[in-house]
Amino acid sequence: MADGANPESSAQGSGETRREFLYLTAGAMTVVGAAGAIWPMIDSMNPSADVLALSSTEVDLSPIEEGQSVTITWRGKPVFIRRRGAEEIAIAEETPLADLPDPQTDDDRVEKPEWLILVGVCTHLGCVPLGQKTGESRGDYGGWFCPCHGSHYDTSGRIRKGPAPKNLEVPPYVFLTDNSIKIG
Amino acid sequence: MSFKTNNKVVQWVEDRLPLISMGHHTLYEYPMPKNLNYLWNFGSLAGFALVTMIVTGIILAMQYTPHVDMAFNSVERIMRDVNNGWLIRYIHMNMASFFFIAVYIHIMRGLYYGSYKAPRELLWQLGVVIFLLMMATAFMGYVLPWGQMSFWGATVITNLFSAIPVVGESIVTWLWGGFSVDNPTLNRFFALHYLLPFIIVAVVVLHIVALHTVTSNNPLGIDMKGPQDSLTFQPYYTIKDLFGLGVFLILFAGFLFWAPNYMGHPDNYIPANPLSTPAHIVPEWYFLPFYAILRAVPDKLGGVLAMFGAIAVLFVLPWLDRSKIRSCKFRPVARVFFWIFLLNGLFLGYLGGKPAEGWYVVASQIATAYYFFHFLILLPVILPMIERPRELPSSIHEAVLKS
Amino acid sequence: MKKILSGLFAAALGFATVPAYSAGDAVPLPKYEWSFDGVFGTYDKASLQRGFQVYKEVCSACHSLDLIAFRNLADLGYNVDEIKAIASEYTVEDGPNDEGEMFERNAIASDYFPSPFPNEKAAAASNGGKAPPDLSLMAKARVGGPSFVRALLTGYEDAPEGFETGDLSYNKYFPGHLIAMAPPLSEDSVEYGDGTAATVDQMAADVSHFMMWAAEPKLEARKNTGVKVMIFLIIFTLVMYAAKRKVFAKVH
Repeated sequence: MADGANPESSAQGSGETRREFLYLTAGAMTVVGAAGAIWPMIDSMNPSADVLALSSTEVDLSPIEEGQSVTITWRGKPVFIRRRGAEEIAIAEETPLADLPDPQTDDDRVEKPEWLILVGVCTHLGCVPLGQKTGESRGDYGGWFCPCHGSHYDTSGRIRKGPAPKNLEVPPYVFLTDNSIKIG
Repeated sequence: MSFKTNNKVVQWVEDRLPLISMGHHTLYEYPMPKNLNYLWNFGSLAGFALVTMIVTGIILAMQYTPHVDMAFNSVERIMRDVNNGWLIRYIHMNMASFFFIAVYIHIMRGLYYGSYKAPRELLWQLGVVIFLLMMATAFMGYVLPWGQMSFWGATVITNLFSAIPVVGESIVTWLWGGFSVDNPTLNRFFALHYLLPFIIVAVVVLHIVALHTVTSNNPLGIDMKGPQDSLTFQPYYTIKDLFGLGVFLILFAGFLFWAPNYMGHPDNYIPANPLSTPAHIVPEWYFLPFYAILRAVPDKLGGVLAMFGAIAVLFVLPWLDRSKIRSCKFRPVARVFFWIFLLNGLFLGYLGGKPAEGWYVVASQIATAYYFFHFLILLPVILPMIERPRELPSSIHEAVLKS
Repeated sequence: MKKILSGLFAAALGFATVPAYSAGDAVPLPKYEWSFDGVFGTYDKASLQRGFQVYKEVCSACHSLDLIAFRNLADLGYNVDEIKAIASEYTVEDGPNDEGEMFERNAIASDYFPSPFPNEKAAAASNGGKAPPDLSLMAKARVGGPSFVRALLTGYEDAPEGFETGDLSYNKYFPGHLIAMAPPLSEDSVEYGDGTAATVDQMAADVSHFMMWAAEPKLEARKNTGVKVMIFLIIFTLVMYAAKRKVFAKVH
């Protein structure tokens, strides 16, 4: 098989700069074109318009009694809503910040102390902690207990013991009336 | 191999897996005839189209649902809600057509310049295999949106197999996974539509290995005799291919952004309805010549055989055309018949889009007969008797200097 | 050589332009001008809103619009509160609730337009055996697109002498001329908020415009992107051509 001749290799002089410039421009445009074509495909994997349209949900709180917890679905994840009793609130509020791996006051985590609203996903590796149903383990601090790797959360959903690095996340929500909220 | 490096890591890899020198050889120093015209751009354009189809197809598969109740709406969800979904889906739709345009021109170029002749017979046959796989893939892909044309196209084409004597009915039932085109059919078509393109890639690799063994044909149809006849792939043909790609994409973008449904069929925006057949069922444009051949024969089995025969005859073409001269440039009679063959093929395509009635039927029969006449009688029997080829130049270099 | 090349190319394109369907024996459609035609075409929001009004007050009695959600009406120029108000005029079925019952509630922006009939059989039964087709994709699902819809809506006339229509209506533009849909529009079927006179032709134009949007909501984004891509591709091709000329200049 014969190797091709390359007449350009002997070419020198004035044409050189112009040729280099053309090559550079050609190469750059190819790269820009490819990137411009690939971006829409990558972006297509982001949440679509119909998914974003369902990204908020309204909840009626009136049927929930004191001490009761309910789980609802928001953006495909469980959201824990607990109507806390006076004792639970007191424990949550009086815990010294020094005892907390991720220090945060209870006041920062609720709109109204009676209602604790949390994303029910353990901040360690994404399991759903126990403690919503009566009879389930609530861990050492009376809140939630993640069975996957043993993280304990308190009555404010704050991490107290175990591998999880952060407190349970509080989703964005607003009270529409005294008895209904909109999450998201 | 002229690839050398001072980088120790690269050299270490190179000694164990010569990937870089292979790439260097294929895309850099590989010798190409220096007299190629723009018709030699369509191989790389077809390759570009294949990659585009695979990339957009994988993205679409992430959003598509292969179920009879959800397929149609999942495609519409892509068109409406998925970010840039309309763009990706329209690229996939229109690039399918442009893939066929590139491949048809590539095939016609091969026919005109005798690129199927020794020593390129296997190269040509691999190309025919790619063409067949493309047709199967395109057909199954068209079923996926589950519109009226999807459904009835699938019904008609799968029913072709019922023409096979004795076992035909069982084969069709097996293809369907039921007693009509239904959910199992859609599911398997989706699976195969996802699989076949990768098999095409594998055959394309073989096609290129064969090409690099026998090197490219050229408009003169004579072999390269030394460095004076050739150019290295880089930069000559990389730049030329990129320029060709630019022109190709400009045409493509014209359809994509201003007439994305032009090559499609309005009926496919109606969800599939197994109880109501549209007034005119026609396949996508790239199948029309073969569809015309199918309908030209007034016998079920005969029509199916004629259609598959139209492609099978391409497999044996290297031995049907007995002329030692490759390029039609030096074959004054074959050249004329090439153009007649091309026009006849276009005419078949036109007829395939018309209803099977009146003079269209007779015309299809004549055109079909001519198609086979060209390959089976004209090339092997008549041309050798009447054609006196012109004298070949002694080398590519000399011919280029003269022009 | 050039001849062969251009010949092949023209042939390939000509091949592509053989329409993959035949229009049958239908009457040629009138040539309408649409704001969304052409290289830079866009939808006319005022017309879309009027067309939506025609759909809501006339068509929606029988025709569903399954693929359109209320949130999509933002494309017509409505703001969030207006969309909420429009949605709340409709009731949709939701559930099951904690008692396991389905219940009705007012629609919200993320809901889709409810169908006038619970299923296709019910739609057919209430309409003389022929279910009114969904309108979401109507403007792309017929040869002629929005122009066909507009022509059809204005194409009702008396059947020619001796043409038996039975329970059906005679329409100049409908394939076969016999259509199950009675003339849907009459002078002032709706009262436009912007003072436009609600002639049959005006309403037909507006609702066809609206249906084109429903079928192809991304048309404006498509043409917009197209112009940018085309400019890039032309520059790209010119640079490649210059580089190709330069590279091949010394080849003999």
